[in-house]
Amino acid sequence: MKVNDFSILIGGEAGAGIARSGFLFAKACMRGGLHVFCTIDYQSLIRGGHNFYIARISGEEVYSQLDHVNLIVALNAETVMLHKKDLSSNGGIIYDPADISPDSQNFQQEKLKLYSIPLKKIVRDKLKETQLVIRNTVALGTVFSLLKYDLIFSEEIIKDIFKPKVAEINLKAVRAGFEFAEEHFEKNFEYRLRKIENAEKRIFLNGNEAIGLGAIKAGCKFYAAYPMTPSTGLLHFMAANERKQNMIVIQPEGEIAAINMAIGAAFAGVRAMTATSGGGFCLMSEGLGMAGMTEMPIVINVAQRQGPSTGLPTYSAQADLRFILHASQGEFPRVVIAPGDIEECFYETMQAFNWAEKYQLPVIILTDKYLLESYTSIKPFNTKRMKIERGSIITGIYKGDEKYKRYEITATGVSPRALPLTKRAIVRTSANEHDEYGFTTENPEMTTKMIDKRIRKLVYLSRELEERNIATTKFYGHARGREATLISWGSTKGPILEAIKLLNRENIVVNYLQIIYLQPFPKNKVENVLDKAKKTIIVENNKTSQLSSLIREYTLRDSDYKILKYDGRPFDPGYLSQKIKEII
Amino acid sequence: MVTLKELNTPMKIVWCPGCGNFGILSAFKSAIIELGLEREQIVIVSGIGCHGKIVDYVNTNGFHGIHGRVLPLATGIKLANPKLTVIGFAGDADCYDEGWDHFCHAARRNVDITLIVHNNMILGLTTGQTTSTSQPGFKTKSTPFGAISPSLNPIANAIVSHATFVARGFSGDPKHLQSLIVEAIKHKGFSYIDVFQPCVTFNYLNTFEWFRKRIYKLEDHEVTDKWKALEKSLEWGTRIPIGIFYKEERPTYREHLPHVKSKSLSMMSIADMDISEIIETLM
Repeated sequence: MKVNDFSILIGGEAGAGIARSGFLFAKACMRGGLHVFCTIDYQSLIRGGHNFYIARISGEEVYSQLDHVNLIVALNAETVMLHKKDLSSNGGIIYDPADISPDSQNFQQEKLKLYSIPLKKIVRDKLKETQLVIRNTVALGTVFSLLKYDLIFSEEIIKDIFKPKVAEINLKAVRAGFEFAEEHFEKNFEYRLRKIENAEKRIFLNGNEAIGLGAIKAGCKFYAAYPMTPSTGLLHFMAANERKQNMIVIQPEGEIAAINMAIGAAFAGVRAMTATSGGGFCLMSEGLGMAGMTEMPIVINVAQRQGPSTGLPTYSAQADLRFILHASQGEFPRVVIAPGDIEECFYETMQAFNWAEKYQLPVIILTDKYLLESYTSIKPFNTKRMKIERGSIITGIYKGDEKYKRYEITATGVSPRALPLTKRAIVRTSANEHDEYGFTTENPEMTTKMIDKRIRKLVYLSRELEERNIATTKFYGHARGREATLISWGSTKGPILEAIKLLNRENIVVNYLQIIYLQPFPKNKVENVLDKAKKTIIVENNKTSQLSSLIREYTLRDSDYKILKYDGRPFDPGYLSQKIKEII
Repeated sequence: MVTLKELNTPMKIVWCPGCGNFGILSAFKSAIIELGLEREQIVIVSGIGCHGKIVDYVNTNGFHGIHGRVLPLATGIKLANPKLTVIGFAGDADCYDEGWDHFCHAARRNVDITLIVHNNMILGLTTGQTTSTSQPGFKTKSTPFGAISPSLNPIANAIVSHATFVARGFSGDPKHLQSLIVEAIKHKGFSYIDVFQPCVTFNYLNTFEWFRKRIYKLEDHEVTDKWKALEKSLEWGTRIPIGIFYKEERPTYREHLPHVKSKSLSMMSIADMDISEIIETLM
């Protein structure tokens, strides 16, 4: 019997309420003190097709899904067909005999348990409901019975998330499913969940929500974005919090308008943000360049999905790194930060706003579908950890003797930023090359000085990163005597940490360098790790290993091996550990 | 109160002698003085084209942006800080070609900004090509056999896009234009003035003379009557009306946001934002 180490897959058509049910299940587990990781796989359509939700529950911290699940809730026949290979040998399937008649002969799993429950019939006859989606909750009741997990947590969650009338129906449904299982099924399912007493309180959220929270905590007051998967969740989150947090959240006519509005708001002195995915970012490129040229502090979350062009709109990738680093014409400074987990999404977003204002430049938070739409249970954020740093801002009355110069040439390249409405200061900005007052210029000396000034900001920012020992990279494991060093960026972090756990069980010890800052690139830190690495293995969700080329660009060194995946799906830790073993 | 001298900048004006832009520049400065605005409370936004240089020529806060994006920039500024008076300047190519998609949405949204379009019916700064307001058959370097499509009607478009202040001026009549600009800035909501602004170097057809022969001022026109306004907006040819076509009072975008009302986002304290309530919902 396995206690508190369990994965479930809930599968069905789009529109069948899969995500809602997965969310309910996961949160009920978290309320019992368990650790949870959830990921959803869905297609770009509203009805039909195939969606599935994987929730992994554990007594200890979890960073990603595993390669196998232990129980499948099949809300259609396709779920069984597609996922029977993902089922562990002693797993089970919950299904409605009205939809499916799985024959245990057809499965490789020797000890497979088939749990047939007339979900639709229970909804119709017992609960007297017409809404078929209620069957999901009935199935959840069955799941909790098999796992011997206290129903109280799911009942609490149902009361929390549904309106009273809907909650009442769902409470009946979950009990009906539970009772049916208690009555009809053998009590020999291999997996059990048990609540953990006196567990620390945790929160359950996805990357979009963590970024939104980070932005709100950072004092973002203006958010403009056009919907595009997988960044849309952030728009929803910001819009839901618009009034309580005194923000303006606006969905304009497109991405071009969104970034220009954000730049306008930043010019007026507000912390402003936008988000999109690769396609939308193409449209934002001209705006990005203008933010660089006019030195406007904006934060952009670029949420990668599988391309090129429309590609796989609802699947994940890390193929836009080079694009993000180089987008827009000319040379100007930008910061590119790639958080690797939910916590980093929060703190790095707060940090992004500080860099944006302190150095007056665009900051890109580079994420992807897997990071933004997967949920994890984590400790509540330490909201005191990061202070607001706005850099040099002038409001009220400008007290300088000379006329105010918006683009004053300074040692660090950063000019004191008067906000419009400051008395005695005329704030003039221009996307054309300009002099210190913001007047257009085509003068060669001034052009050189201004380009130097803007680029210099990045030099000072890099210096500050080093002096304050900001975590531009993170290192896991011991530096020396290991069999290999994994190097990655962004959302591959979760599966890598899980793969390392699996390898450790076989006494294979590897260490891992996570690169968080892609620009400015933490050259010294990466070089240090390369110096000590026995073998380097780059892990990325792209075809051309863009991180390898970046490391080579800065260190003149090649990586030894690459593990690349570009089918839109994240790495599974078992697959990854197998690949690592093959290399070692 | 600001004086004309204080509104001047040290920058040498590089528009062609006799350019229609001069009329707009002087009308605008006079309007600011008439309205008694302070320099620090004004932000002017411009796009790309000859008109764009206006940010260098008026000594107020200014943002010389990129081609076609005057409206979203101005929108962001005004939404962030409603205490600023935000006036956008755009060219016909800037606003009606490259930035056309922003035009109807800005009108619908009714953010309290003013848009002044320098409409010379040609691309001047790129040395003379056709734009969407060029006359059909108009021959330029990019249309040597004549422009093919009918001209865009921005006034009619603004009216049907729910703009709350729609006017047309002529840079050859700066006094009249000044009165339009004053009315537009005073108007609460999105106010828009299309200004005939002859390009003396490249537009051989739509000259000062051409306009003078045709334009007449709207008088005895009921500005709150949308149908009448639309009818007038379609008038083109031997007689072309200038003046205020349409005007209505409608709540501005910000007036639909009860949580911020007239508060400046830029004045809000952000030192210690409280997110505990949201955190609570995630438990």
